[in-house]
Amino acid sequence: MPPTNLSALVPLLLVMLTPVAALLAIAARRHHEATAGITVAGLALALASVPPAMGTGPGQVTPLLRIDDYALLFTGLVVAAGIVVAMLAHGYWRRRPEQAEEFYVLLGLATAGAAVLAAADHFAALFLGVELLSVSLFGLCAYPVRRTTALEAGLKYLILSGVASGLLLFGIALVYADSGQLGFATIGRAGPIMGLGLALILAGLAFKLSWVPFHLWTPDVYQGAPSPATAFLATVSKGAVLVVLVRWLIESGLYDAPAVVVPLAVLAVLSMLAGNLLALLQEDLKRILAYSSVAHLGYILVAVLAGRGLGAEALAFYLVAYFVTTLGAFAIVALLSEAPDDERHHLDRYRGLLWQQPGLAFCLMLMLLSLAGLPVTAGFVGKFYLFAAGVDAGAWILVAALLLGSAIGLFYYLRVVAVMVLPQGDRAAGGRLPLTSLIVLAALTALLVWLGVYPTPTVEAALAAAAALG
Amino acid sequence: MGLILLLLLPLVGAVTAWAAGGLGPRWPRWLAAAFLALDIVWLLWVGLHADGPGAWLLHLRLPWIPRFGIGFELGMDGLAMVLVALTLLLGLAAVLAAGREAEQEPGLLMANLLLTLTGAVGVFLALDLFLFFVFWELMLIPMYLIIAIWGHEDRIRSGLKFIIFTQASGLLMLTAILGLVLAQREALGGPSFSYTDLLGVPAPEGWAIWLMLGFFLAFAVKLPTVPLHTWLPDAHTDAPTAGSVILAGILLKTGAYGLLRFALPLFPEASQAFAPVAWILGLAGVVYGAVLAFAQSDAKRLVAYTSIAHMGFVLIGVYTWDILGLQGAAVLMVAHGVGTGALFIMVGTMEERMGTRDLSQLGGLWSVAPRMAAVTLIFTLAALGLPGLANFVGEILILLAAFAASPLVAAVAALGLVLAAVYGLRLIRHALHGPGPGLDGIADLTGIRLAVLAAMLVLMGWLGLGPQPLLETTAPTAARIAASAPLPP
Repeated sequence: MPPTNLSALVPLLLVMLTPVAALLAIAARRHHEATAGITVAGLALALASVPPAMGTGPGQVTPLLRIDDYALLFTGLVVAAGIVVAMLAHGYWRRRPEQAEEFYVLLGLATAGAAVLAAADHFAALFLGVELLSVSLFGLCAYPVRRTTALEAGLKYLILSGVASGLLLFGIALVYADSGQLGFATIGRAGPIMGLGLALILAGLAFKLSWVPFHLWTPDVYQGAPSPATAFLATVSKGAVLVVLVRWLIESGLYDAPAVVVPLAVLAVLSMLAGNLLALLQEDLKRILAYSSVAHLGYILVAVLAGRGLGAEALAFYLVAYFVTTLGAFAIVALLSEAPDDERHHLDRYRGLLWQQPGLAFCLMLMLLSLAGLPVTAGFVGKFYLFAAGVDAGAWILVAALLLGSAIGLFYYLRVVAVMVLPQGDRAAGGRLPLTSLIVLAALTALLVWLGVYPTPTVEAALAAAAALG
Repeated sequence: MGLILLLLLPLVGAVTAWAAGGLGPRWPRWLAAAFLALDIVWLLWVGLHADGPGAWLLHLRLPWIPRFGIGFELGMDGLAMVLVALTLLLGLAAVLAAGREAEQEPGLLMANLLLTLTGAVGVFLALDLFLFFVFWELMLIPMYLIIAIWGHEDRIRSGLKFIIFTQASGLLMLTAILGLVLAQREALGGPSFSYTDLLGVPAPEGWAIWLMLGFFLAFAVKLPTVPLHTWLPDAHTDAPTAGSVILAGILLKTGAYGLLRFALPLFPEASQAFAPVAWILGLAGVVYGAVLAFAQSDAKRLVAYTSIAHMGFVLIGVYTWDILGLQGAAVLMVAHGVGTGALFIMVGTMEERMGTRDLSQLGGLWSVAPRMAAVTLIFTLAALGLPGLANFVGEILILLAAFAASPLVAAVAALGLVLAAVYGLRLIRHALHGPGPGLDGIADLTGIRLAVLAAMLVLMGWLGLGPQPLLETTAPTAARIAASAPLPP
């Protein structure tokens, strides 16, 4: 392997080393701050090594991975999200009795899985990445083992994710049986075996991405899991799988195949409408955000289906915006999870938040407006991108569903806002909030507005990433 | 720089007012008023010293998102200047006349009012379609919060209705904007959201009617046009006084302005083909608004429905595409903004001091509060088109233009004036005359509120008797829009 390729691999290697270092540190001595610090530092190093790696140019590193601007942008994104979640987890676990150190190890492993997916160029890498991510996530979701809701969440995710992995593996096997190849770029002739294989792969990935009708696990898992784990699940695990799906679709040329496009379009419309409609019925903020993420994954499909031109670029920008917004929203949810064993977030708990904690309420309002796609937030530019991609591709049905979904979405986002501005509140002003979480929240809010007001640098990064896919 | 400062002043004012909430209950209001007054002075200064290139008194174009040809492009011509002036003046009136609502969290209320005004000023100045859309949406959230936090009975639901209507139609407009930009990509050698660029190429054939409809729907909801008006009575009725003033006085004007600035010049053929439909919608608004206003028992709802009738007139005026009609629409926009704003202040005052807005319970105001009654009377007469007051000038110009286009349209629209007299007199009879509730001790208008209303009265009379300065300011814009009309086949 030539050394240039090795330097391209540095970010990935650093991400992989992070959980190892954390594990060794725990073996030496259990210390919450130290473990969290090692994880954040390791991931930050990995993040810092991303820009130099971009200079080395695209390269195939073993048949499994391809490190190009596309891979590096999303590696940077998932690693940054990993850092955010680690800092949130620090504030979250500090107020709870559990021994939290292994949470960071699992978090590092899951981030590594996501980074592998960002660069995967081969079905073996895809499966390795998906499994590394999912298996770590079982642990993350069920981490507080004495809490029954968390156990339920972990178990649900374990079973459904296991089924999805089974489907995925079987699909890959069928594709291999038909074509004798596992690289993304090669795809065999059309035939019943290949068709079944593709269908199974798509179904497996659709489970992970919780597209309707594969979404049934989403609200329960979101609600039961500890909030930092939910934040990770909602962003990194979805984003990484989507990234690899798009690379596969583009490199294999399946973009134009009606056999792939039509089912995906159906999933998109269903997710946008059902996700938004079901969110209307929820009374719990975490469940609202869960259904909202179902809808957002449907929105993103508009970009996926828009094809090579604006599609990949829109996907990249939208994912950045979605990561920032969703992490911000869950950061607030995590901050407001006061009782150590309580993960219920009934809307009543947010009543009058604006008058008790104006700063937090203001941030949450911005996050919700960004999810709704209103201006001066990242979500607005993201939605603009999706509309542009959809109109450019002439996908009018998808644009109509996007429009309708966005209008319905406003109902429940504003419902939360309306609860926050109600005059009376019964929640006592909470104790001192953890500093790490507040720093993260402030940074995410600033980033949210920055992306909404001056998106040009991110647009250029998205453009470069899309160009790497060709 | 002048244009940026025009936007920046209310924005900074919003932040300052919010921050000043902790200093004391009076600070936010005075700071907000000071920033608005400063902005008015600045507008006068740049307006008098402006000599921009070509059509624009002032023009500014900075790169923003070059990938999509999106720029930070602002421009001010006569029409925009008049509407920005209206926005700032009414904003000042709303801030100063804000009633009891300003006792609860005044800092946040003033901040939201100023943010709404920033958005409205931006709408009137933006020349980049993306920027226009940003400002268009920017007005919504603070207005929603004003209704939802400081509003009356059914405030949460009304606020939601307002925002869903405008946001859904706004997204339609976004789709149309994108369709237009992408369709013109080849003609312009790359995507461009610049209004001045897009104006330079002919509208895309075949597509134009659909794109125009996308714009029209968004503007028709804001205007509002029957049958897309149902958000308006609820939102106006449940909004606090200051919110109603801005909603009726300014936000409705953004719809008419959008038609004038974008829908007509960008899609001339399609708009011309569509004009008869717009006339019918306008007539429906005139008649329906007047009839429903007559049927209301809630004084505030009555005033809200009169807006639908007046905006029907504006719609007819805009789609006559004649310089008279366009000028009439501009005058009526200003007149309606000032007049309805004042009426909302009056109804708000009545509710505050008598505890009800129900027409059957109001009454007898003349005998106990003559100043209040007189002001109400004059603004009601203005709303029903009494000559000598500003509405009359706008309506007569629109009727003249409509008669030239189609005598039938003019005849039906004139019927609207008769109906206006009916509901206007009903408001006067029930609120001002006859037996009233125990009114002893009702305070008459005094102090700041009286001064604000007096200033609005002077403006109405001045525009009614000597509208020439206003007409001269908007004339170049109206002439340019009229010139964009395609020749009749």
